[in-house]
Amino acid sequence: MNAPNKSGWKPSAPISGDTESPTFTGNRALMLEEPLIFEIGHTETTGVDLPESQADAPSRLGGLERTDTIGLPGLSEPECVRHYTRLSRQNYAIDLGLFPLGSCTMKHNPRLNEKVARMSGFADVHPLQPVDTVRGALEVINELAFWLIELTGMHGVAMSPKAGAHGELCGILCIRAALEARGDARKVVLVPESAHGTNPATAAFAGYEVEDIPATAEGRVDLEKLKARLGPDVAAVMITNPNTCGLFERDMKEISDAVHAAGGFVYCDGANFNAIVGKVRPGDLGVDAMHINLHKTFSTPHGGGGPGSGPVVLSEALSPYGPLPFTARDRDGVVHLVEEENAAEYDHTKAFGRMTAFHGQMGMFTRALAYILSHGADGLAQVAEDAVLNANYILRSLEDLLHAPFGESGPCMHEALFGDQGFAEGLSTLDLAKALIDEGYHPMTMYFPLVVHGAMLIEPTETESKAGLDEFIGALRSVAERAKAGDESLKAAPYFAPRRRLDETQAARKPILAWEGELAPGGAAARSEVGGQ
Amino acid sequence: MRYLPLTDADRGEMLAKVGASSIDDLFVDVPEHARLKGPIEGLPMHASEMAVERHMRALSKKNLAAGDAPFFLGAGAYRHHVPASVDHIIQRGEFLTAYTPYQPEIAQGTLQMLFEFQTQVARLYGCAVANASMYDGSTACWEAIAMAGRIARGKRKKVVLSGALHPHYAEVVRTMAKFTEDEIADALPTLQGSPDLDGLIGRIDEDTSCVVVQYPDILGRLSDLEKISEAAHAKGALVIAVNLEPVALGAVKSPGEMGADIVVGEGQALGVGLQFGGPYLGLFAVRDPKHVRMMPGRLCGETQDAEGKRGFVLTLSTREQHIRREKATSNICTNSGLCALAFNVHMSLLGEKGLRQLAAENHRLACLAADKLAAVPGVTVLNDSFFNEFTLMIGQDARKVVRTLADDGILAGVSLGRLYPGNDALAEGLLVTLTETTSEEDIDTLCAALKEVLA
Repeated sequence: MNAPNKSGWKPSAPISGDTESPTFTGNRALMLEEPLIFEIGHTETTGVDLPESQADAPSRLGGLERTDTIGLPGLSEPECVRHYTRLSRQNYAIDLGLFPLGSCTMKHNPRLNEKVARMSGFADVHPLQPVDTVRGALEVINELAFWLIELTGMHGVAMSPKAGAHGELCGILCIRAALEARGDARKVVLVPESAHGTNPATAAFAGYEVEDIPATAEGRVDLEKLKARLGPDVAAVMITNPNTCGLFERDMKEISDAVHAAGGFVYCDGANFNAIVGKVRPGDLGVDAMHINLHKTFSTPHGGGGPGSGPVVLSEALSPYGPLPFTARDRDGVVHLVEEENAAEYDHTKAFGRMTAFHGQMGMFTRALAYILSHGADGLAQVAEDAVLNANYILRSLEDLLHAPFGESGPCMHEALFGDQGFAEGLSTLDLAKALIDEGYHPMTMYFPLVVHGAMLIEPTETESKAGLDEFIGALRSVAERAKAGDESLKAAPYFAPRRRLDETQAARKPILAWEGELAPGGAAARSEVGGQ
Repeated sequence: MRYLPLTDADRGEMLAKVGASSIDDLFVDVPEHARLKGPIEGLPMHASEMAVERHMRALSKKNLAAGDAPFFLGAGAYRHHVPASVDHIIQRGEFLTAYTPYQPEIAQGTLQMLFEFQTQVARLYGCAVANASMYDGSTACWEAIAMAGRIARGKRKKVVLSGALHPHYAEVVRTMAKFTEDEIADALPTLQGSPDLDGLIGRIDEDTSCVVVQYPDILGRLSDLEKISEAAHAKGALVIAVNLEPVALGAVKSPGEMGADIVVGEGQALGVGLQFGGPYLGLFAVRDPKHVRMMPGRLCGETQDAEGKRGFVLTLSTREQHIRREKATSNICTNSGLCALAFNVHMSLLGEKGLRQLAAENHRLACLAADKLAAVPGVTVLNDSFFNEFTLMIGQDARKVVRTLADDGILAGVSLGRLYPGNDALAEGLLVTLTETTSEEDIDTLCAALKEVLA
């Protein structure tokens, strides 16, 4: 449909990666192979200039001097920079293109955030400095806490959780603490089948039995069945809203009311808060606790798997139990940081404890605050609107070709969900995903949620242009048509990535989790040995 | 709005395509009563890059940066010199803005880095296998205890904490144990030159799943973990060693070598920086490879692609929440990937030689400072042994002294009163840390200031 490739050029190289024109190095021009540091570095090489150790230096190590060879290779600075630069080029990233991972929310990471986080007053302060020397850092925490409370319509926020799953745990522990405080030993947490795996894992980690909540045919929580299950043994219901089918749980308030009437609490997984920020406040829907992934909604970088940051906003009923350090509003509406020492002063003596050393992910707070201030109240609502518009545009541009199981359930929110119905025999979602890699895209979230066969969950986010979406839609239509037509070549895709399909079975059967070789001090393995591996 | 590419014309076209007359049509499933009618009142509107930067800089300037003062704080967060290339590399968009490597064909950069990182950590700790990182040291410490419980199959419910475990770490353990109903046997640190190993060993019994020992400990002292390991193993308990300062392991024996079964710690000291406490880097390793399948967190493993080329993937994920859900070994999902990269790059620059030199320089300065401080009237050095951190007894409320010195622009250390609020017996202790970033002039400045305050 669209012509993204405006020059009209088509690759003419054979798509099987066979040895049509082998190179000596194993490299293919800008596609560069790179050995491990253990294969290029030496224990006697260092890229840092430090004083030579003195043989007669005093030692007060209690007779525990390390005498073994540790086996850590060093690189000079040029070798080091080159090693990692070459490695970096084997990664896909949001800086390179659309990254449509549903529920993972890969949006543009503004570089102002990076600049701000590196200001010495934030990057170079110790968590245990005297309070008078870190007033600005505490203000950042309070200012961000204020925004999170306002944007969610909640009462307090525990800022310390280190990532989303840690925030979930924090919220569930607040619920457990509140229940125990009233002598109520409930045992069950209800979780929808479509939930992120962290939800049931968190509830189990906090000592609860997990039961599934059934969904309706249109992809939402079945309110009547949920109501029927509620009772004196149910501690909490964990709901993701918008849910992982990309739909808003329109009965959320009724669900909350029913759960509260039965004496339980409502946990909301806030992974998808980016769809509704500035448009709806979870507090208005009866939510008691919700974590916010700062790396999703508020653009802090994912960094190849973290760090995250998962502040948890809490209702008035749960706020007293929030762990220390805690951020709450006093009677005058001013937000304060509460720690062990001033807990009594701020009437916060019921805290369930501490989830981590220190104050949480300060380096993420500065980034998230810069993002929030950049958008403001108006811009954040626009973020949600554009994210939802982009997702609906994808849903409606593909539903004639790809099976959209909940396409009839109304508009989607921030992500569009498809299934593999109609693919030719033998071809799967995985094949389509790998073919997308050859088209220059990161695949969508695959096989999640579990309730849809061969699920493909696509989240474009608000930071994609219409032209960018059109190109992506064109690529996806092309690979979907090939999957439906039974194009067997998909099975071996990707052809053009740094690696062809990797053998995950072998990796799990005989795990090799560390490099096992011996390093020679002066000249370990030569480059020529490793180039062609 | 500079971060939003859609134009109003685009929005109009796209709404037409999806069959909506306005954006509100797409929010139709949100109940009317809950739909906000406009920007939330009382909040600021969008702001330019320059305005935001100005605001943040003003907040930043209200803090006293460690680099702007003689600085002696440690206690689980260490200030080391981070080579410029580390920060350059972690800011490359291909690393910074990548997701968890679920599509290995286009994530070999992150995966190979993790494989290198795991190997570095395992070797540093004297262990067989390390994972791809945890949130931080304190959460890794709890996860190690939970893992020891799994290995004991829930039959042993007692966890023995060394009195010299960082109090925040101990508090995280106590908090989590309230919910898992593990019995925590803890204690306060004893103010002696050497850790009370006999006391610790005496608390281990047949119901103990693990003993948790910090090395070097919260007062800076070094324990011979071999003695603890022998005693614990004789009772069938595991030893969890907790290391908060990885640079120390360039000078002192690794916990794995001394028989620790699970070694966890904080990796922040290498590459990551202080950052007011986070994000940091949880390190997690096991000495015996048979325990790998009990580990929490992600693991990166080597394999081959369809053409026989070496490559790396996340593996053994049947331990993890996205596969096992409520039966997972942990609920952890996101870890500290970018901090692991910073650690990996810093360690690759140092290499074994650099790490040993760095450790030696830290220790040299600490010895020098200990001698000079011991000469200040009213000050004694508590430790018989230390690496780059030791405890001074100053005969006065150390917390007040630290505040007084901060007013003079000296960040003198961490008072034990800060770490153990309300504990009078520890109030006169001051934990002082030296790294290669401390100059000899800084040491003299501290000595002179202490002399004046204590006089």
